[in-house]
Amino acid sequence: MADNHDESRERDDHSGVETTGHEWDGIKELDNPLPRWWLWILYASVVWAVVYMVFMPAIPGLPGLGDHTRGITDNSERRNVAEAVAELEASRAGYFEQLQQAGSIDAIESDPDLLGFAMAAGRSAFGDNCATCHGAGAQGFVGYPNLNDDVWLWGGTFEDIQHTLRVGIRSEHRDTRYSQMPAFGRDELLSREEINQVTDYVLTLSGREPETLASAEAGAEIFVNQCSACHMEDGTGDRFQGAPNLTDADWLYGGERAQIINTIWRGPYGVMPSWEGRLDDQTITALAAYVYFLGGGESDAFIEAAQLNQD
Amino acid sequence: MTPSTSPQAATDQHQSDAVAVNDASTRELYAKRQQIYPKRAKGKFRLIKWVFMAFALAAYYLLPFIRWDRGPDASNQAVLVDFAHQRFYFFFIELWPQELYFVTGLLIIAALALFLATALFGRVWCGYACPQTVWTDLFIAVERFFEGDRNKRMMRDKAPWSFDKAWRKISKHIVWIFIAMATGGAWILYFHDAFDVVHNFFTGQAALTSYIFFAMLTFTTYTLAGTMREQVCTYMCPWPRIQAAMTDREALNVTYRVDRGEPRGPHKKGESWDDRGDCIDCKQCVAVCPMGIDIRNGSQLECIHCALCIDACDDIMDKVGRPRGLITYETDDNVDRFQRGEKPRYRFIRSRTVFYASVLTVICAIMAYGLMTRTTLELNASRDRNPNYVRLSDGSVRNGYTLKVINKSARYVNLDIHVEGDPAIEMRIIGHEGEGLSLPVEPDRTRNFKVFLALPPEAIDGPSESFTFVVSDPETGETATTRSVLLTGAPR
Repeated sequence: MADNHDESRERDDHSGVETTGHEWDGIKELDNPLPRWWLWILYASVVWAVVYMVFMPAIPGLPGLGDHTRGITDNSERRNVAEAVAELEASRAGYFEQLQQAGSIDAIESDPDLLGFAMAAGRSAFGDNCATCHGAGAQGFVGYPNLNDDVWLWGGTFEDIQHTLRVGIRSEHRDTRYSQMPAFGRDELLSREEINQVTDYVLTLSGREPETLASAEAGAEIFVNQCSACHMEDGTGDRFQGAPNLTDADWLYGGERAQIINTIWRGPYGVMPSWEGRLDDQTITALAAYVYFLGGGESDAFIEAAQLNQD
Repeated sequence: MTPSTSPQAATDQHQSDAVAVNDASTRELYAKRQQIYPKRAKGKFRLIKWVFMAFALAAYYLLPFIRWDRGPDASNQAVLVDFAHQRFYFFFIELWPQELYFVTGLLIIAALALFLATALFGRVWCGYACPQTVWTDLFIAVERFFEGDRNKRMMRDKAPWSFDKAWRKISKHIVWIFIAMATGGAWILYFHDAFDVVHNFFTGQAALTSYIFFAMLTFTTYTLAGTMREQVCTYMCPWPRIQAAMTDREALNVTYRVDRGEPRGPHKKGESWDDRGDCIDCKQCVAVCPMGIDIRNGSQLECIHCALCIDACDDIMDKVGRPRGLITYETDDNVDRFQRGEKPRYRFIRSRTVFYASVLTVICAIMAYGLMTRTTLELNASRDRNPNYVRLSDGSVRNGYTLKVINKSARYVNLDIHVEGDPAIEMRIIGHEGEGLSLPVEPDRTRNFKVFLALPPEAIDGPSESFTFVVSDPETGETATTRSVLLTGAPR
């Protein structure tokens, strides 16, 4: 510190420290030595910087060296990310393959690890592709089905759900699920009076009170002529045509009287895109499993029991 | 301030020219640290310290190798902090991360025990048990082995470099580094299976964190115990500042008996001891002090109360034929009493010690109760909130729940589950439909189950229903419960 001081330099009287010779309005700058710890960190940083430049990409745009120097390691964060993604995909590939080969929902369900994977992969795909219409929790909205419940317009088995995902509903796919309910009011197929009457009848199907009994009776006749081809005479609907069951507590377009009138008047035309080609088979399988296990999936045993009840 | 050495004082054979270089009143703030050359002490307290050091080091190095049988699915290491599997093992205790409050309790107990010990006996922790003291003591012993005692070390340090000086210094540092590496090496044994670590460490297969912590502990041990020593206690450690509030005038501290010692001064053989104190100002207490202070200046922050000055002084008192205990464990109050010619009085039971002891007892009791009543089965339920409820086609309302079942036992359990509440509630467990209402959980595992509860329309009589999930182990009868609600969407 003060070992090798220069005698020619001016010393501050008060502290005895050499000054730098810089002076501002009579105030002189003392030339105290830098703290040793600070100095050593600086030296270490300089060494580190040199080592870093040798090993890592560091200097941009030198002529003849491409867009930047590569360093000995030729490190590239973009490549690292790509490799990490590839590694992740490879680590998942086994599960996706298992999922594909499992085929049936029972096989997925019986393997807790596979089930966990299918649910995680399905949830992620659902959030990316389905939540826009069906909601983040698959709770649905008016006109967009709730996938948590036990109502399935086109069938609720694992295979049915997979198929619906593939072909979509009223989509451009060749084999798409398709049916159309006429716009009875807008296209003047039924008068306002008749629509009121058939609405009253539909209300009685799910055990509710019509406006007048006479109106409902008149509506019954209209229902047989106009609606029963798809919704069946007893109003229980037909899955082959995606015609909803009108006797249950679930209403895709709302179950209030005014909502039912509106539905009959305008004839709903809900669409879902076909996901074949947009998503790979494995993702569709995972999605189907996820939707199935949201709580509404219908097992084969369930279908059999339902058929027995009908007979 | 320590009086400077006078030529007359050196005439006596016991005299030392030791200077208390770390004394707060003479130490300069911006000056370079002055090396302390602690002289070797012999006596009762030195022996106690050797024994305790052997015990503490043995515990540190051997504890990870002690085994404890916990069945096939858990580690058999008696003391293990298993970060990878999120478990803490301590003999019969096994803790999960959510039971970290036991560790909090342990820290509280350690703190209170420290307070109580300080209130009774001053800084016994600093003097005997603190790792900084134990390792510094060990490092000084190594230094003494290679470089000789105080005077030799001082002379050699002043002398120019020679082969003799070089090999002694190099050997010392090699042994220090070896001890430091052994210290770091033992530390990592507490975080993975000790036998595996020993094998993997030398074959290069241990975890990276093991090597990093090994390097860190090696570095800190070498620097803190080898080169920094008393500076750690003087500048870095908060405890010397805190202990001033814990000790008081009735605590037993390493104390210079002013009443006996003063007026101090050199004493020649055959001179009278009348009208003078017993302190012959030989400065042996300063020479042996690893902290570089003079205990005769009274209680001070730098003093770690290692009691080596007691041994040094007792030795001198024997030689000059005065009673031992000029420097001794004594209370400040008693020194005052001695000066007034009164008898000493020791009060170990006083409000401070009673308070510390009772709080300590209460915390220990709570910990013991908590450990004894610790369950091996835990249950948590989180209700799905999106959607809050689902209306089914028959009008019934269904809520989804994720049940988290924790099995802390070493057995594979198959738990029965039911709901206490509205009897109309129907339960479904996703993924386990065919197996009845039972939840299989592997040993020492947490499992999540998706459960649906449905309430038929005729049973709905309000916006929500409270109920309790109950799981029970049919083998042991142990149960775990958690309360939850089922939202119906019905108006209030």
